[in-house]
Amino acid sequence: MSDVPADLRFTKSHEWVRMLPDGSVEIGISDHAQAALGDLVFVEVPETGRQVVAGDAFAVVESVKAASDVYSPLAGEVIAGNDALAAQPELVNQDPYGQGWIARLKPATTAGIEALLDTAKYSELLASER
Amino acid sequence: MGQRTPLYDAHLARGARMVDFGGWDMPVHYGSQVEEHHAVRRDAGMFDVSHMCAVDLRGPRTREFLSQLLANDVARLTDPGKALYSCMLRDDGGVLDDLITYYLDESWFRLVVNAGTAGKDITWITEHAAEFSVTVTPRRDLAIVAVQGPNARDRASPCLPAECRDQAMALGAFFAVPCGEWLVARTGYTGEDGFEIILPVSGVRAFWDALAAAGVAPCGLGARDTLRLEAGMNLYGNDMDESVTPLVSGLAWTVAIKDARHFIGRPALEAQKAAGVPNKLVGLLLEGRGVLRAHQRVVIPGVGDGELTSGTYSPTLERSIGLARVPAATGGRVQVDIRGKLLDARVVKPPFVRNGQAVIEI
Repeated sequence: MSDVPADLRFTKSHEWVRMLPDGSVEIGISDHAQAALGDLVFVEVPETGRQVVAGDAFAVVESVKAASDVYSPLAGEVIAGNDALAAQPELVNQDPYGQGWIARLKPATTAGIEALLDTAKYSELLASER
Repeated sequence: MGQRTPLYDAHLARGARMVDFGGWDMPVHYGSQVEEHHAVRRDAGMFDVSHMCAVDLRGPRTREFLSQLLANDVARLTDPGKALYSCMLRDDGGVLDDLITYYLDESWFRLVVNAGTAGKDITWITEHAAEFSVTVTPRRDLAIVAVQGPNARDRASPCLPAECRDQAMALGAFFAVPCGEWLVARTGYTGEDGFEIILPVSGVRAFWDALAAAGVAPCGLGARDTLRLEAGMNLYGNDMDESVTPLVSGLAWTVAIKDARHFIGRPALEAQKAAGVPNKLVGLLLEGRGVLRAHQRVVIPGVGDGELTSGTYSPTLERSIGLARVPAATGGRVQVDIRGKLLDARVVKPPFVRNGQAVIEI
């Protein structure tokens, strides 16, 4: 059973969003997603300053087997990509909700966050996909 | 639901993630593809390859038949037990399949063909066998297990039937020995030493479990793919298919064309040679970060474009490697279009890795 922390919001495409005290958000892929992808060997994080809309493919995670897009859950400006993943893509596997974060975003509005899945809804989604 | 090998339940019991592979439900990994890869390079791993099909050819004229059927020359099979890798071609030189032929005795040869092509192969072989009175028998009553790695033979030997062990351990590279209903071959698809064992379906579960108990790691098709690519071995359907000849697929070394032997596809290959072989299959090493994948575009400034036929991350080299079909005039440096960015790659001669060691300069 994959880990679904209570303080995060999720997307149907298995990204997670953490609201930070300064109003920005941290984004990564869920434990379920990293397990499904397998050993990651390359992560392409978005460039700082990039403007994205919700649903943009703004990062790429590659396992040994395949490349997968990561979609921005929200509209806004990228304020940081996790550069540690260049040398250690496996952090996404080892610590998907911590050191394996992919990008930080300054959301254009806070409205989009409420529309994301909460822990209960995301757990339901995982259960329905099995 | 796809077809299942006799080890399907064994894979589920060991936590395999199953995927469709050419219509078969096969394990892609049992947890970590990279760990399975390293197990084969450093110790011993095993693969269920029962989706591949053994085909027995019998009759006094079998050698004569194979001499026409295959692009490689079965005359090279002088000692009983010897194995030969070959392409089987269409009349136009397109590759129907690549396969292994085991020479067991003068009236018994065994082929092992790919899963996805087995149906059309058997039809083709049967059609052409008639005039030689060779009987063609697909052996779906047999399973196939590959045990590969530096310690593979030592670990596997005690799991073999007692009467087979000494003969198996005495095998030279690319030789096989029949032993009752079993056939033990010192062949493989990983660039490591090991065995490929063809055995009755009824005994395969016990054999698999015995190998696991002997410390052989179950490995999925994911690791099989990274291992074969590091070893510079082609994958049918990726690196060659019916639309290309062996000459543009890095397989000219398997075509025995120097003497006058007739074989199916020969005139087409001779015509291609006479006209100038337009492309070649080369190894690529990505210089920077990123992952080469099949179908990415290869850009050779001043020469033209090519295409990746296989690409992956190499767990042994910790770099990305691939095979690409490029214009014949391609030199040592190319670029690969990865999501719109042109990244530098170096042309290298496969294999990339043999017996656990890098054999190219990184």
